[in-house]
Amino acid sequence: MGTPVERRVVITGMGTVNPVGNTVDETWAALCAGKSGIGPITKFDTAPLATKIAGEVKGFDPLRYVEKKELRRLDDFIVYALACADMAMQDAGLAIDGSNAERVGTVVGSGIGGLRTIEKEHSVLEQSGPRRLSPFTIPAVLPNLAAGQISIRYGAKGPISCPVTACAAGTSAIGMSFRLIKDGYADAMITGGVEAAVSAFGIAGFNAMRALSTRNDEPEKASRPFDRNRDGFVMGDGGGILILEDLAHARRRGARIYAEICGFGCTADAYHMAAPPPGHEGAARSMEIALQSSGMEPAAVGYINAHGTATPLNDVYETQAIKRVFGEHSRRLAVSSTKSMTGHLLGGAGGLEAIVAVKALCEGIVPPTINLDEPDEGCDLDYVPHKAKPMTIEAALSNTFGFGGVNAVLVLRRHRD
Amino acid sequence: MSIEEKVIEIIVEQLDVTREECVPEASFIEDLGADSLDLVELIMAMEENFGIEISDEELQKIRTIQDAINYIKKKKGLAS
Repeated sequence: MGTPVERRVVITGMGTVNPVGNTVDETWAALCAGKSGIGPITKFDTAPLATKIAGEVKGFDPLRYVEKKELRRLDDFIVYALACADMAMQDAGLAIDGSNAERVGTVVGSGIGGLRTIEKEHSVLEQSGPRRLSPFTIPAVLPNLAAGQISIRYGAKGPISCPVTACAAGTSAIGMSFRLIKDGYADAMITGGVEAAVSAFGIAGFNAMRALSTRNDEPEKASRPFDRNRDGFVMGDGGGILILEDLAHARRRGARIYAEICGFGCTADAYHMAAPPPGHEGAARSMEIALQSSGMEPAAVGYINAHGTATPLNDVYETQAIKRVFGEHSRRLAVSSTKSMTGHLLGGAGGLEAIVAVKALCEGIVPPTINLDEPDEGCDLDYVPHKAKPMTIEAALSNTFGFGGVNAVLVLRRHRD
Repeated sequence: MSIEEKVIEIIVEQLDVTREECVPEASFIEDLGADSLDLVELIMAMEENFGIEISDEELQKIRTIQDAINYIKKKKGLAS
């Protein structure tokens, strides 16, 4: 440890399960085609709820990734995490054995953890009493068990953690992993975010805050970032996991390199538990710090995968923050919110959206913001409405902001030797 | 269905093992790959199916499939 050479961090594997696809390829094709993954909720009765729509994971076979017996003891957010990790590890071709186990870590974030298990087992507690609670309740509920189960499966014995920073959790995790590799604590990290909070409790809770869209009759049009007629976010399930690696380590084993992570910024609003402040200076500082740490000029950034939740406040304030950071260059940037198609995966968003930003860099395509029919007042950037846009991008940002005033931003760069 | 058959059916379902593995002397932990939490869940399924209650002290003594069968028979007043 402690080589004097500045370590660089690259992405060598990716996996995702989300409302528009159960692999990276499926997801990328759907996003470029402007396909919505939002529909009526099928997993529970929505009759009493104001919101009856969400982005559920569809056509996903958990038994491809988890044994039947294991499945019973895991909450869905952990199953999604294991599936994403499986795809990412295969994609990276990274083998963990006695020689490197202690140098591979696992940091996977989740905003809420096993919400559906809490709901189910609380009903058991109320109806049948404490003796009928499953012994797997607690290990299914704890948010850090996504990282825990992944580390157990692959024998990854390096640093482990689980940021629980609400809707920024996935980005917090990737940022932490980036620093762990850069600072020499690990050579590779399995990292990202996952969520499975589409449940009666989750929907009712966010409904109580009036945070969710209630456009139940037009599910595919419900998530409308930056649009005048947006009425809140649409929840989604799933997430994304990436394999981060020290560049020299990746080169030594001849790994395929997708992109480089070169900056991370994290700030607090210190303002309100749920609302961003006007101008969202915390978000702006987070972007500025991420850029400074990357050593790149703001003008090198061609694309921002926005937080873009479609809540009334976020979209206007995020736009203001982008303008503050990029000045005139903000007019030349492409800024899109893929939440218009996937919905908002909460703690899973940062994992999925980092993958989207990497694909945009690799493929030279910016996925669109669908449903943006009439930009709201104050929303006057190029949000790539409706249709994907071919564009050579040198660097991209992934923005995620969470309740509690968390702002987390990644800077990703096209890989060059 | 006899108690033996029912017990084995529950074990096959809960521990995801084959019927062939479920010989009377098979130990839940050593032979059938259960951990302590699997065992708690298995015992809960037995309690539910046979309408009995098994205390934690008694649970400690149930190591094999035969132990479980004997115990349930005794509880149900069917002991030989």
